[in-house]
Amino acid sequence: MSDMKMPETASRADVPMVLSEQVSKSFGSNEVLKSISLEVKRGEVMCLVGPSGSGKSTFLRCINHLEVLSAGRLSVDGELIGFRETHGKLYEMAPKEASKQRRDIGMVFQRFNLFPHMTALQNVMEAPIRVKGLPKAQVEQNARDLLARVGLAERADYYPAHLSGGQQQRVAIARALAMEPKLMLFDEPTSALDPELVGEVLDVMKGLAKSGMTMIVVTHEMGFAKEVADSLVFMDGGVVVEAGDPEQVLTNPQHARTQAFLSKVL
Amino acid sequence: MSSTTPNGSAAGSTPPPAGPVGPVSTESVPIKAIRLRHPWRIVFAVVLIAIFALIAVDAAFRPAYDWPAVGKYLFDRRISQAAVVTIQLTVFSMVIAIVLGVLLAVMRLSPNPVFKSIAWFYLWVFRGTPVYVQLTIWGLISLIYTSIDIGIPFMDPWVSFQTQAALNTFTLAIIGLALNEAAYMAEIVRAGLLSVDRGQEEASTALGMSWVQTMTRVILPQSMRVIIPPTGNEVISMLKTTSLVTAVPFSFELFTRSRDISAETFNPIPLLIVASIWYLFFTSILMVGQYFLEKRFARGVGDRQVDKKDPGTATGVITGVVPVPGAGQPTAVGPPPAGDPPINPGSGGAR
Repeated sequence: MSDMKMPETASRADVPMVLSEQVSKSFGSNEVLKSISLEVKRGEVMCLVGPSGSGKSTFLRCINHLEVLSAGRLSVDGELIGFRETHGKLYEMAPKEASKQRRDIGMVFQRFNLFPHMTALQNVMEAPIRVKGLPKAQVEQNARDLLARVGLAERADYYPAHLSGGQQQRVAIARALAMEPKLMLFDEPTSALDPELVGEVLDVMKGLAKSGMTMIVVTHEMGFAKEVADSLVFMDGGVVVEAGDPEQVLTNPQHARTQAFLSKVL
Repeated sequence: MSSTTPNGSAAGSTPPPAGPVGPVSTESVPIKAIRLRHPWRIVFAVVLIAIFALIAVDAAFRPAYDWPAVGKYLFDRRISQAAVVTIQLTVFSMVIAIVLGVLLAVMRLSPNPVFKSIAWFYLWVFRGTPVYVQLTIWGLISLIYTSIDIGIPFMDPWVSFQTQAALNTFTLAIIGLALNEAAYMAEIVRAGLLSVDRGQEEASTALGMSWVQTMTRVILPQSMRVIIPPTGNEVISMLKTTSLVTAVPFSFELFTRSRDISAETFNPIPLLIVASIWYLFFTSILMVGQYFLEKRFARGVGDRQVDKKDPGTATGVITGVVPVPGAGQPTAVGPPPAGDPPINPGSGGAR
């Protein structure tokens, strides 16, 4: 038994952070995702681009089980998401187990979704206290450090309504980081921002990528993708049209659909 | 002077223009116009006042109203005691109704189909039958269930008591009013819960919070703004509905008490006026209370601090709060926030 465990832990670093095998998702008769197979390695930053309605956001939401897959398998850090597999049979997870998986996956939303009745600091502290049950003093120190990290140490006691969009989104990133996730999902994090506020959020994300965080970013910021991403995936109509090195895909797209899309956004 | 291009980057070389493009250095002239007259309003008001005055004078001298009797019974001991009982009925049944209503609303929105069905069935029954009928049935409950047994079916009960002895008419009246009101409160709370942006639930779910945590920590606190004003309405409505508990029959509240007194005096009209005055007095107090509650909760969630902290720096170094629908203000069904949220402080930051 112990012999069996050794190679498993040794190969743990080789297990991809996210492994998606033929993932499909339908809403009724509408198939939004069609057999998506992707792999995100540890510490890798992957950017998902594509026209709206292409299934990027849905795929992202499948990763932390906000949506339930219709077909295929999706695992994070070698662990199947949303289901338990015993003796070759899949069992739907209880909400408790699912939320345990979600703790390790941070998510940042297009519209921030900060809790408006809590200050920035309280927003960051809420989940570590309620979900992890950590002592308040420790959580507060950690939360203040995180707010400082996103450049908002002085805004700790402000309510979201008194923060700019860029500041709100940076608080949202700090809130997700407070759970010490192993994977961060960004769902168009700058799409709801004034153009002049996009930079500050991207800067925080760049810093996060440099620190070695595994990230999947749905974005329209091609400059960011080019600079930060290790891989770029172009999706359209629920399928992966093209994937590869960002520089390659952006400057020399192979597929006609990619070319057409990029000619409009670049 | 005429080349006032609205260009922010040029602010370094030339002082920024103070106002919109137009003739400079002339102060705007205040408009002096003759106000529009509304002669018919005045005519109409005078006629109405005259009619009301006539009715009032007539009422003052009409013997059927028997004003001396009104004055005599207004502070009659039995009446003031009945007024207290009316308040007790209102408060107790509203408190139970609110608690039960929140529970039902949460059940109705829960992902659990069993809870959902129970809540739906409850609403169907208690909203679908008149409260007067419900109160009458509660009054007859001891005929339907002569004793209440607690225990395992088909075995000797652990506890058993006679319904008639255990539940007096006051308790039955409260039960009847509360259970009926709970159905309406459930709908109010449900509307409040639904008014909270869906992103809030997603955000807390994504953080790993459980459904119960999401409800109690995130959704319910935000829905209070929408729930409070109609609840004030329900309290006022409940105060008046207490007059129906005579169906139980419970006879110590305001309306039934004044009816009973007038049955002795054969003079019902002054006592109806007495009861009405008391009801009006209480509803007026409640209306004032509701006004302040609404003012308090209608404020934008984040706006409660805007005037305490300096509003200038509240928007931060980057001047401009991006109005994102649903991010700052939950889409409310209720009245709009009293203090409008900053729509575009980037242009109007310096008030």
